[in-house]
Amino acid sequence: MDPSFLVLQSLSGLASASSLFVIASGLTLVFGVTRIVNFAHGSFYMLGAYLAVTLVPRLLDLSYSPWTFFLGVILSAVLVGLVGVAIEVLLLRRIYRVPELFQLLATFGIVLIVQDVVLKVWGPVDIPGPRAPGLRHGVEILGQRFPSYELLLIGVGPLVLGLLWLVMHRTRFGVLVRAATQDREMVGALGVNQARLFTTTLFLGAFLAGLGGALQIPRLPANSHMDLSIITDAFVVTVIGGMGSVTGAFLAALVIGQLQAFGILIFPKVTLVLVFLLMAVVLVVKPWGLLGKPDAAASRTVAPEGILGLRRFRPPERILAGLAVLLVLVVPLIADAYKVKVATEILVFALAAFSLQFLVGVGGLVSFGHAAYFGIGAYAAGLLVTGPFKAPMELALALAPLAGAAGAALFGFFIVRLSGIYLAMLTLAFAQIVYAVCFQWVEVTGGDNGVVGVWPAAWAASRGTYYYVVAAVVLAAIVALRRVIHAPFGYTLRAARDSATRADAIGIDVRTHRWLGFTLAGAAAGLAGGLYAFSKGSIDPTMISIPQSVDFLAMILVGGIQTVMGPLVGAGVFHALKDVFMPLTEFWRLALGATIIAMVLLFPRGIAGATLSLRPRRPAPASVEASA
Amino acid sequence: MTLLVVDRLNKRYGGVSAAKEVSFTVAAGEMVAVIGPNGAGKSTTFGMVGGQVKPDSGMVTLDGEAITGLPSRAIWRKGVGRTFQIAQTFVTMTVAENVQMALVSHRGRTRHLFADATRLYRDEALALLDGVGMRADADRPVSELAYGDVKRVELAVALASGPKLLLMDEPTAGMAPKERVGLMRLTARVARERRIGVLFTEHDIDAVFSHADRLLVLVRGEIIAAGTPESVRADPRVKQVYLGEAGARAAERAKRLVEVPA
Repeated sequence: MDPSFLVLQSLSGLASASSLFVIASGLTLVFGVTRIVNFAHGSFYMLGAYLAVTLVPRLLDLSYSPWTFFLGVILSAVLVGLVGVAIEVLLLRRIYRVPELFQLLATFGIVLIVQDVVLKVWGPVDIPGPRAPGLRHGVEILGQRFPSYELLLIGVGPLVLGLLWLVMHRTRFGVLVRAATQDREMVGALGVNQARLFTTTLFLGAFLAGLGGALQIPRLPANSHMDLSIITDAFVVTVIGGMGSVTGAFLAALVIGQLQAFGILIFPKVTLVLVFLLMAVVLVVKPWGLLGKPDAAASRTVAPEGILGLRRFRPPERILAGLAVLLVLVVPLIADAYKVKVATEILVFALAAFSLQFLVGVGGLVSFGHAAYFGIGAYAAGLLVTGPFKAPMELALALAPLAGAAGAALFGFFIVRLSGIYLAMLTLAFAQIVYAVCFQWVEVTGGDNGVVGVWPAAWAASRGTYYYVVAAVVLAAIVALRRVIHAPFGYTLRAARDSATRADAIGIDVRTHRWLGFTLAGAAAGLAGGLYAFSKGSIDPTMISIPQSVDFLAMILVGGIQTVMGPLVGAGVFHALKDVFMPLTEFWRLALGATIIAMVLLFPRGIAGATLSLRPRRPAPASVEASA
Repeated sequence: MTLLVVDRLNKRYGGVSAAKEVSFTVAAGEMVAVIGPNGAGKSTTFGMVGGQVKPDSGMVTLDGEAITGLPSRAIWRKGVGRTFQIAQTFVTMTVAENVQMALVSHRGRTRHLFADATRLYRDEALALLDGVGMRADADRPVSELAYGDVKRVELAVALASGPKLLLMDEPTAGMAPKERVGLMRLTARVARERRIGVLFTEHDIDAVFSHADRLLVLVRGEIIAAGTPESVRADPRVKQVYLGEAGARAAERAKRLVEVPA
């Protein structure tokens, strides 16, 4: 290979590393101080790009010079910084003390809201930005042309790193940020005005994201998918670098930039997979990233978020459960074909949400990528039926949970080595790998379009019959999984969640049990995915996307994370509402985002949790909550 | 009969020696206290016996079997129960369920998928709770107990596997004075009845001098004195580096306490 080509490839890797670092540095700073992993950071980036494609051309009309171009870029970043301040004051300030799952969900609510706002303001069409005056052409390097704007970007990363270093080491604000990153409670105990510190940090973080977005406009048109595509990259960079470490983010961005630049030459299809594999390897070797430190708060004992106490159904609940089963059975007799389809989907999602509750509520393993195992099951079933095997539906449905379990066992092997926010990030990363594979491996998976013609066997072809197939399988799976929650295995998972130290001291191999639990949940999700593929008649990558994972989390949040059966209620309510309201409004995502945020702020215990608190009960769980 | 033999354990953290040639023994039914100022290496020594800390060199032998450097859950299987400085319990479970969990693990049934966990080994758990005076609270959530009672439950959990040795890290930390005496008496009785060796660290001088059969005094990773409470109390080096004058007086008081047996 030509050495000059390698140099240029490496330079373009440096340019993307630089952009990635600018964005990730903001994310890692905000996490360090607030301990919130801000999903909306990608939205800040997108807003930066949209503001820049709006502002910069106007400024260039006034005066065509590089100075006005960069003035416009900085101005956009400042505006995004102000949006960050507004979000801190209005939302984040209220959720600093809630469990991290709720924080992630609430910031994802912002993502949804911003998506709809951007669509409303700028429309669905990509908006290309102007090129920077004076940097429109290439420079000759070793006989090849290299865009001069990319050269400039290469310089931006180290410049931002240098400026951040000055801020962190030469200003009072910077010293406080570093102190808070090490021990937030101590900073509070020393009488530092935390509200102002957090607001300023959010400004700086959002400013950096906005700057990253605004700087992209000559390379990349502003589009409405930028937010989620960048946030996964930014997560990966901050996790590899060590959350809270700016220098770590810089190192990680450099490595990833080069990996992408050269990976694309060797494995053009699997660069994404390479990046996530790097992340998995780094986290297994160094569970807190390259330069990260264990969270001081991680060693403190706090009441777990999830199912608090188990008991058998009492008579009223038995009657309720009986009525629910009866209702499930009569649906095809009283409802039209469309409603039967919706009911089928509700049953499928109920199983998926229940399997997620098994992980989150029982095992304390917050999975942000549960759609991966749902999707693996759906793709396994769909491809078995439509692919060269032309397998029958029955076989496909039997293999779907095995596929889900295999995927969960593979990824879970790495995931259970971590805890807390790192665990959540790794589940998300693995889900993105599965998504990328299904998206990019067009020959097998049909890429973006997916595969159609996934129909049930002839005997189950009618909507009503297939509904009963789903109902029987789902009810059996839920009863079995509930049994496991009450069995020694479920108790062991809950014990490990309550106190891993104590579990270890009574001889429980925490990691192995978590891994088995993860695999079991993957199997149940895979089964749900297989059932879903046949009910839709097709498979496509949206089944594995982040929004699908968030839907599952929203279902258990709506139903009540502290109850065993709540997620089933949550799945029903959530999907029915989605079905009713989605056709009515063009702002479905905005409504969903606002609902998620409202749930986190007002009813963190969900519907089932709220009904529980209406009636007198044992004081026990209340005292646990009080200490939470 | 010698139950635990700790032979020349060493552990360094960077330039700091947390344990230097630490050797001692614990016999069945014997209560041995490890005392020393903060940072003396008590927790390190404890961790090396319990499996949380891997020693750089040296041997730990339990009942004639080498357990050096095994993971803590393997050491538990060899017969070492543990309680922690800050009580570690399963806070969303009841008192009985906490003990049942230990029994389920002891019998190797943690992967059982269909049995009803709340009914497994319940009678056995109740008997263990009876032994620590907590049977009446069996069905209360452990989260609503007073801290002294939580410590008793933790003791029952530690006893569930029928251990030969109990490791208790500051058993009375965070407890009211009255509860402390009760817990130490209970521990001493259990140890004698069941012939369990107890190794404990403690800051409370009263508890140490009135309940330990033997004492080890650790300072900067080294055992500077070992022996009966009387001989340690009399050791001038111990007085100098650890007890101080006020501590020596407290040790005298505790001596009088023990001379009036309960």
